[in-house]
Formats: sequence, C-alpha cells, structure tokens
Amino acid sequence: MNGPYLSAALGVCWRYLHNLYTRPSMFIPSLVFPLFFLAAFAGGLSVVGDAPNFGYYDFTAFQFCFILIQASTLAGVFAGFSIASDFEQGMGRRMMMATAHRSSIVLGYTLGAAARLAVTWTVVTGAALLGGMEVAGGGLDLAGIYSIALLSNIAALLFAAGIALRFRSIQAGPLMQLPVFIILFLAPVYVPQELLTGWIEPTASVNPITALLNAARSLMAGEPTGVLTAFVVVLGMIALMAVWALSGMRKAETAG
Amino acid sequence: MSESSTLAVQVTAMAGRSVTRLLRQPAAIVPSLIFPIFLLAVNVGGLDSATDLPGFPTDSYITFALAFTFIQSAIFSTMRAGEGLAQDIENGFFNRLVLTPMRPSALMAGQLVGLVLLGQLQALLYLAIGFAAGADFEAGIGGIAVLVVLVSIISVGFGGIGLVMALRSGSGEAVQGMFPLMFVLLFFSSMALPRNLIETDWFRTITDINPVSYLIEAIRSLMITGWDPHALIAGFAVAIALAVGTIAASAMLLRRRMMRS
Repeated sequence: MNGPYLSAALGVCWRYLHNLYTRPSMFIPSLVFPLFFLAAFAGGLSVVGDAPNFGYYDFTAFQFCFILIQASTLAGVFAGFSIASDFEQGMGRRMMMATAHRSSIVLGYTLGAAARLAVTWTVVTGAALLGGMEVAGGGLDLAGIYSIALLSNIAALLFAAGIALRFRSIQAGPLMQLPVFIILFLAPVYVPQELLTGWIEPTASVNPITALLNAARSLMAGEPTGVLTAFVVVLGMIALMAVWALSGMRKAETAG
Repeated sequence: MSESSTLAVQVTAMAGRSVTRLLRQPAAIVPSLIFPIFLLAVNVGGLDSATDLPGFPTDSYITFALAFTFIQSAIFSTMRAGEGLAQDIENGFFNRLVLTPMRPSALMAGQLVGLVLLGQLQALLYLAIGFAAGADFEAGIGGIAVLVVLVSIISVGFGGIGLVMALRSGSGEAVQGMFPLMFVLLFFSSMALPRNLIETDWFRTITDINPVSYLIEAIRSLMITGWDPHALIAGFAVAIALAVGTIAASAMLLRRRMMRS
C-alpha cells in the first residue's frame, strides 16, 4: 500500500468522521438505537434468563453481546448511508477524480466506520456496566469479543457500500438497512440457540451471525467455544463483501 | 342538499381519495403488513421458552404475542396518515382545498377512513395468520367483532398523532422522524412479557405508565382470558382518549393552518 493510496484513504476517513461528529442528527441516532435495544431487552426481558435450561450466567451480558454486534454492524450500515449521500450530491465523483486507485475511497469509509466504533462501544459498554452487567471473561476474551464486533462492522460496511455505489442515492437506504436488520434478528437474540423453537431454529443454525453471537457469548462467559469458526465466518463475509463493494465501485466509475 | 349530506359527500370523496392513494402505493402498505409478521415470527421462535416461567398466562407464546402485531400496524398508520397529509401540504393540494367549500372535518375524516379500513383488513389478516400458527382466541366470534372495533379506534388514535405531526410541521420528513419514538412506546410496553413478570423495577414502572401496555393487554385478554372486563375497559378507555385527544388537537391545528393559508 503506497503513500498516496493511504493518504487518500485517510482523507476520506477524516472527512467522514468530521461530517459525522459535526452533525448531531447523524451520530446521535446511531448511539441511541443500541441503548434503546439494550434497555428494552436486558431490562424488559431479564426474567427470560430464569427460564429452564437457559444456562447463561448473566442475562445482561447475554444481551450485551448481541447489542454490541448489532451496534457495530449498524454503524457500518450508517456509513453506507454517507457513501450514498456523497455520491448523490456529486462528492463521490469529485473523490473519484482525485484518486488514482478508487478502492482507496472504499478503504477510507471502512476506516471511518471502524473508527466511529470507539464512541459507540464506549457508550454501549458503559451503559451495560451501569446496568449491572457481570463480565466473567478475561482481557483476552474481551479482545476477542470486540474483534468479532469490529470485523462484523467491516463486513456490514462493505455490504452497504456495494448497495450505495450501485444506486448512488440515499433512497437505497432501506436496501442497506433491512437485510442487515433481518439477518441480525434471525440469530438467537433472546435465548441460547438450543432453546429456539419452530422455523427460527433451523434458520438460526445456518445464519452466519449465530456463529459470531455464540462465540462472543462464550468469550464473555470466559468459556470460549466456536471462536475460530466465528473468525473464519466473519473473515469469509468480509472477503465476499469486499468483492461486492469493489464491483460496486466499478459500476460507479462506469456511470461516471 | 342538507348540511349533513354535504358533509357525507365530502367525507366519502376524501376517503375514496385516501384509499385510492394507499392502494396505488404498495411500497407503503407492504412493509406495514410484513414487518409486524416478521417481528411476531422472530419473537415467537425466540421467546417460546418464556411460557415455561411460573405465572406465564398461557402455554402458547403466539397467543400471547399476537396482540402486539395489531398495535405495531396501528403505529404504521401514524406514518401513513401523517405522510399523506404532509404530502398534501407540501405539494400545494391542501392550499387548493382551502379555496373550496370543503370542511376541515371532512378532510380529516377522509384521511382516517382509509386507515381504519386498512387497519380492519390487517386485523383480520393477522388473526388468520395467528390461527394458522396455532393461536387461541378464547372470546370467540363476538370477541373478534370487539377486536375489530378496538383496532379501528386505535388506528384513528395513532392516525390522529400522524395528522397532528403533519399539521404542526407540514413536512413528511418530520412525520418519519416520529417513527423511532413510536417504536420506543411499543418496546417499552408489556409486548414481550406480562407486566407482573417484568423483574426490572424501572422497566416495569415505564410499562405501567405506558398507555400502549393497556391497548395490548385488552387485545391479549380476548385471546387468552376470553372476556376480562378490567382489561377491556382499560384498553377501550385508552384508545378512546387517544382518538378523541388527537382528533381534537388536529382539528384545532387544521383550523389554524386553514386560516393561515
């Protein structure tokens, strides 16, 4: 990766973060959204943790793992909205003219989406700890959880970028948000996978988010299982979505 | 032509326009039909084990959860009514209407009739899906009639919130901005668990003061208990108060806006 390439990516990243944190209407919803779900699930459903065979040590920690992955993936999707908006308003075209390697634009947004997680994670983790969450895992386990969340953010950003670069309109927002929202909720959100019933049980077993969620919850409990599988799954998603995003960039180039 | 028949003609004309506009926008109707069913399916699959908790009122989570689909679709009607009127304001149709002998009440009633019809259709669709999935309905045929009436009043109430937003802001975007707030009302209610089983004190307090809890519990009582006068009276009282309050507020705002136009 040469100097100008990285410089372009960092420029896009800085511009994205500057726009994000100077417009409260853009970053406040992305912070409030996970807090709302944390309060509604960990607060309202805590008795579900007493259900027979639930078998997890702390319901708030159980829900926190989902909320962390949800907040991270949605932060990636929200960055996709910014890409769509930039290309709709002509900024994307100017960025393409200013960079020799257009993939650096995608890299810039990816770095920006990852950087915004620092604030999201601080707020969500702080709220969960204030809400009485017990952390059973050690430092390495926690690093594993946040790594899974970071990688899911990158995968979601690349997915949303692929849509944004193809449609180049903020009107494509639901196409970025809805599939991610649906795939998140088709994982074991409320109870462990073994307690799911009906059609959602086989659906969750083939849902890649389930592997990430199960691994994050096992790390939080200090009893890691399926962690390697989770990393393979999320890295596979990133590889797939990188191809999707870069082919979207080529479509944007062709459109001019 | 008498005054009342003139009003009826005006309401019919506006209601016809409202229904036609809805039918011409499947993209606006389909999500409001599909999304509550999706959330129902996810919750039933995920929370079925909650029925094993001591004190849970039924052993069928779908019977318990079906009630919130009606409220969720009513919340969508907030958006539909508000966006419809905001669109009329934004594109100048409202100003042209002010120049005609059209009464404000006819304009409002027309917007809401379409919503009520759609709300009733949705109620029957959700019931059919619930029955197909094995939900019980203890109150029988009479209960279904009461459910349709209650859902209609709730649709008017939430639609009234949309009208108030549209008349205050005149902007479809502002009405859209209300959507997350309405969702908070739903999630911070007794939609997923009965209030007596909510362990977290602050959450239970919120569900106690959240009117949406009483709307859900009235519908749920028809399914689980049969005829529970306490739950039904509370649900109807909240629904009627919401409908009357929001219609009165929107009538006042409409008069002000017509004077300004």
